Amino acid sequence: MKGLRLLLAVTAVVVALVVQVTLFPHVAWHGIVPNLCLLVVVAAALTVEAPFALVLGFAAGLTLDLAPPADHVAGRWALAMTIAAFLAARVRQDQKPTALAVVGTVAAASFVATSVFALSGVLLQDPDMSVAGLLEVVLVAVVWDVLLTPFVLPPLMKLFARLSPQWAAS
Amino acid sequence: MGAFGGHDGRERRWTGLDKLESRNRPPRSLLVALVLASVTLITLDVSGGGSSPLEPARRAVGEAFGPAEAGVAAAVRPFTAVPAWFRSKGDLADQVRDLEASNAELKGQVELAGFDRNRLEQYDGLTTAAEDLGSALVPARVVAMGSRQSQSFTVTIDAGSESGVGPDMTVVNNDGLVGRVLRVTRSTATVLLVIDPDSTVGGRVGSSMEIGFVTGSGSLDQKSGLDLRLVDDASVPARDDTVVTWGSSTGPYAPGVPIGTITEVYSSLREASQRAVVKPFVDFSALDVVGVMVPSGSRSDRAVIEADGSLR
Repeated sequence: MKGLRLLLAVTAVVVALVVQVTLFPHVAWHGIVPNLCLLVVVAAALTVEAPFALVLGFAAGLTLDLAPPADHVAGRWALAMTIAAFLAARVRQDQKPTALAVVGTVAAASFVATSVFALSGVLLQDPDMSVAGLLEVVLVAVVWDVLLTPFVLPPLMKLFARLSPQWAAS
Repeated sequence: MGAFGGHDGRERRWTGLDKLESRNRPPRSLLVALVLASVTLITLDVSGGGSSPLEPARRAVGEAFGPAEAGVAAAVRPFTAVPAWFRSKGDLADQVRDLEASNAELKGQVELAGFDRNRLEQYDGLTTAAEDLGSALVPARVVAMGSRQSQSFTVTIDAGSESGVGPDMTVVNNDGLVGRVLRVTRSTATVLLVIDPDSTVGGRVGSSMEIGFVTGSGSLDQKSGLDLRLVDDASVPARDDTVVTWGSSTGPYAPGVPIGTITEVYSSLREASQRAVVKPFVDFSALDVVGVMVPSGSRSDRAVIEADGSLR
C-alpha cells in the first residue's frame, strides 16, 4: 500500500509539472498559470499523514526548482511548498473535510506558497520585481488554483484515501 | 456485557482519536529539517553562481523531463491550434489589411537595417580576416514555458546538445531576437528570453550607430517591452528607430540581429542619461518556432538552415 501511494504521489507530481509547463502556458493569464504541483501536495496533506505530505511538498518543490525551463535559485519552491504542506496538514480536521474547507485550504496554501516564493525572490534580489507586480501574480495564482480545485482535488483525495486505509476508515 | 462492549467501544474510539490527534499534528522537527534543507540549497545555488553544485542535478532532471515535455507539447499542439480555425471572414480580411500595413512598414525597416548591416559588415571586414561570419540556424520548437509565479522568463526548446546547440548561443525567430541558451540537455535546451529582468543585451541604434544596453522589463506585454540605456549620455535616440544587437561572434549574442523599435524616449535628469522603451519585434506570448544560431557547418541530428538559405 505504501509503495503504491508513493508511486501515485510521484506520478501525480510529474504529470502535474509537465502539464503545468506545456499545456497551461497556452491559456495563461499574463503568463500566470495554475500551480498544479501545489494542488497535488494539498490533496496529500488533506488525506494522508503529515510527514508524508511534508516530504512530498519538499520533493515537488525541488522538482519545480530543477526541471526545465526553471532558472531561479534552486530551493525556493521547495521552501514555499514545504511551508504550504505544513499549513494544509495543520488545517485538516479529524473528519473528512467539507468542500468549502478544501477550497479554503487550497486558497490559503496557494497564497502562502506564492508569497513565500516571491518574498524569497525579494530577499535574494532574484530578480528585482515591483510590489504591485508581485501582488498581481499572487492574487491571480490564488484564483487559478481555486478554479482548478474541483477538477483536481476530489479524484486525487479519493485515490490517496483509498491507498491509506487507516485514514479512509476514520 | 453490553455495558462492557460500549465501554470498550468508547475506549477504542478515544485511543483512536488520540492516535489521530498525534498523527494529525505535523511534526515540527521534520518541518524545521526540510526548511533548513531548502535554505541550504538556496545558499549553495546562490554562492555557487555559474558553477553551482546544483547544475548537475538540473541537468539530470532536465534529461528526464525534457523528452516528456517535448512529447506532451507535441500532443497538445493540434488542440492549441483549434481557436485559429474559428475565425470569421471579417476577421481574416482585417488581418490581411493589418498584415499588408505591417508588411509595408517592415519593408522600410529592412531597407534601413540592410544599410546598417552593410556598414557593420564593412567594419567587420576591416578588422577580421576574410572569415565566414554567416552562421547556420538549428530549427526548434518551444515545448515549455516558465510561469510568472517563478519570476523568470525562460522557455524550453526541443533541440539540445545532440542537435549542436550549446550554452550562450543566440536564439532568434523570423521576427527578431528571442534570447540566448542558458543550459542544454541531450534533447532540450533552456532559453533565457530577452524580456527577463536578468537579461542584458548589447544594443545598437540603427540610424546613429550609438551603442547601449537593452534590459528586460519583466512583462509579457509587448508595449512595455525592453529598456534601452545608451552609453553616450549626450545622444538622444530617435523614436521609431530600429535597435539591433552589437555583440561579438564569440559572445552570447551574435551581432546584427534585430531586437525592436524605439517607442518612447525619457531623459532622466537625476541620472543624466537617456532611457528609451524598445518594443520587441518578437511576440513573446506566442512563441513557437525558433532558430538557434550555430557556427556554420556544425554537426546536428536534424536539417540545418545555412546562412545562404539552403537546407543541409
